[in-house]
Amino acid sequence: MHAISKRYGRQAALRTVDFTGESGSVVALLGANGAGKTTLLRIIATLTQQDRGEYRAFGVDAWPRRREVRSRLGYVGHRPFIYPELTCAENIGFFARLFQLADNGELVRNALDHVGLLERADRPASSLSRGLLQRLDLARATLHDPSLLVLDEPDTGLDVAGRDLLLQLMRERAGKGCLVIFTSHALDFAIDASDRIVTLVNGEIVSDDPSASITIAGLEATIHGRRQAVSIA
Amino acid sequence: MNRIGAIIWKDMLIEVRSRQFIGAMLAFTLIVIVTLNFAFDLIREQRETNGAGALWIAILFAGLIGIGRSIAVERDRGTLDGLILSPIDGGSLFLGKFGAALLSIVTVEAIALPVFAALYDLPALDPRVIGIVLAGSIGLAGLGTLFSAVTSGIRSREVLLPLLLFPLLIPVLIAAVRATAEVFEGDSEDVVRWINLLLGFDLVFIVLSYLGFGYLIED
Amino acid sequence: MSALFDPRDLRLNAVGVLGFLVVLAGLAMAFLYAPTDSIQGHAQRIFYVHVPMAWLAYLAYGVLFVGCVGYLWKKNPKWDRLARASAELGFLFTTLVLITGSLWGRPIWGTWWQWEARLTTTLVLWFIYLGYFMLRSYAGDRERAARHSAVLGIIGAIDIPIIHQSVEWWRTLHPEPVVLDTTGPNLPDSMLYTLLVSFVEVHDLLCPICSGLRYRIEAVRDEIGEPQMTEMFATASQPADARAQSPVSGGMED
Repeated sequence: MHAISKRYGRQAALRTVDFTGESGSVVALLGANGAGKTTLLRIIATLTQQDRGEYRAFGVDAWPRRREVRSRLGYVGHRPFIYPELTCAENIGFFARLFQLADNGELVRNALDHVGLLERADRPASSLSRGLLQRLDLARATLHDPSLLVLDEPDTGLDVAGRDLLLQLMRERAGKGCLVIFTSHALDFAIDASDRIVTLVNGEIVSDDPSASITIAGLEATIHGRRQAVSIA
Repeated sequence: MNRIGAIIWKDMLIEVRSRQFIGAMLAFTLIVIVTLNFAFDLIREQRETNGAGALWIAILFAGLIGIGRSIAVERDRGTLDGLILSPIDGGSLFLGKFGAALLSIVTVEAIALPVFAALYDLPALDPRVIGIVLAGSIGLAGLGTLFSAVTSGIRSREVLLPLLLFPLLIPVLIAAVRATAEVFEGDSEDVVRWINLLLGFDLVFIVLSYLGFGYLIED
Repeated sequence: MSALFDPRDLRLNAVGVLGFLVVLAGLAMAFLYAPTDSIQGHAQRIFYVHVPMAWLAYLAYGVLFVGCVGYLWKKNPKWDRLARASAELGFLFTTLVLITGSLWGRPIWGTWWQWEARLTTTLVLWFIYLGYFMLRSYAGDRERAARHSAVLGIIGAIDIPIIHQSVEWWRTLHPEPVVLDTTGPNLPDSMLYTLLVSFVEVHDLLCPICSGLRYRIEAVRDEIGEPQMTEMFATASQPADARAQSPVSGGMED
């Protein structure tokens, strides 16, 4: 139904990246620090514009029509878009109003329940641990039922239960036809969660394979060039 | 629009919970009002003019504290992207932030004006003065919010913001101080003209800021 | 690429030479031809330099405004360069206007400064220029600096007339004790004719200088700025040129 295709180059961070994503799938974007993952993700999320080349999403040129794209896009970055002084429910409620969704408590409660935060609905967000905060941010990002979900290292700081929940959510989204793109430093999680793995090295895509065919050792080697695989935590 | 209201509500809610900015603004305003009394050494005859000046200096600096935060704080916290990624347009975001800034200033003024009236024995609660204060605050909040976006993310923003903002606010300062002084003096033939200037200024720059805000927010 | 800064560029050199000649002519006229003012004496001659520079200070801001609007509208870096070059020139002239105005005023008024509409507005203009440069240098990356300072430039341009008007009202409704006379061309002087002629001469003098200088400044800016700028801004139509340029910049690649 919708696909992202882009060809572009940006001298500092990315050069000549060609990528197409299909709805209903989960794509992992891997690479060493500085390989350009975050930049690519930000371009996908319309937070910044590519210098050269074309980025199309939902059948339109993404940057000029970015407001439209953003209404169907969810993004979770390194820092949660959450206000610590407000309660969980108030945070979600704020974004519900921002996206002009139905302004009743039900939407908010459902969203919180879905990530297992219903009991803490009326606690200030500052009282949440990092892992729970991440969950809240996920609830915020999926609130408006986006067709494109972009997650920058969503598994960092999550405990086992959190990771399971994240995996489940991602799969669920993909099942509804959403395209989920994420980055991670945990290779095992990446393989588990994704259908397809794309590796970036120095701003260029060096591999793009279905995750079923990948081994961790092979991934490590790819990510770090042809050096000896270094164990990653 | 609902989204603008959402932003104003969110900011006010944060303010009430944290009591951070309004408290600081209020304390600062009161201190400035008191300190200026000594700085100007108010002689009886000059009291009206100097008093008006003192009031507006206090408002200006308080506004600087409160407003400089508005977009800059979002950027510092990392939540600005969250706002950008919502389908809100630059103009509506401006109105939301502007509304919250204006409410903060007005809240501070609501307390500062009676205190000022009492300390200086000047009719600061005259409805005309309140009107002047409101009109001036709108201009201050409007341009202040715009320049908060301009200077956000810059390290020396505390210094840069007044440097950019104050020259542009000179008409507001002139008009507000003159109008206020005239009300204090009891001779108010020109007050209408000054208020018109203030309102005209407000209109022009709110519109300009509304239109221009989108250019500032994008990366 | 360096066509704009070619020392053999005939156009530029012609303008420069012509400008220089007109400067000489204007100076000669200002000192030798124009009559001595009956009231102010020789101090009045500074008027021939001061007033055109004031015109230019504001004209430069007008060009800056155009550049800012153009940049926000078309997103082409050329407009931003126009704005920058114009801002430099304008800032210089504004500073000179303030200094010459002060020097002129001292023997006439007895003080270095008067808070009247034109002077005050020019002082504010000076601060706006200053703010423009500070913003540009502190704002971080080029593109953001250009965009944000463009907004500043536009806001400032709209504000200047308002500032002027408000100071004007302030002074007429609340006058200062000293009545001053800074009017130029309206001196009710019997030798108005000769004054006008020399005035026109000077005006024509500084405009060629302005154009010539500005052109050169812009060209220099192009030369220095272009290699870096091509990297920063999207120039989709010339990828090959951009690649060829990057060895010059030596910063970002590899």
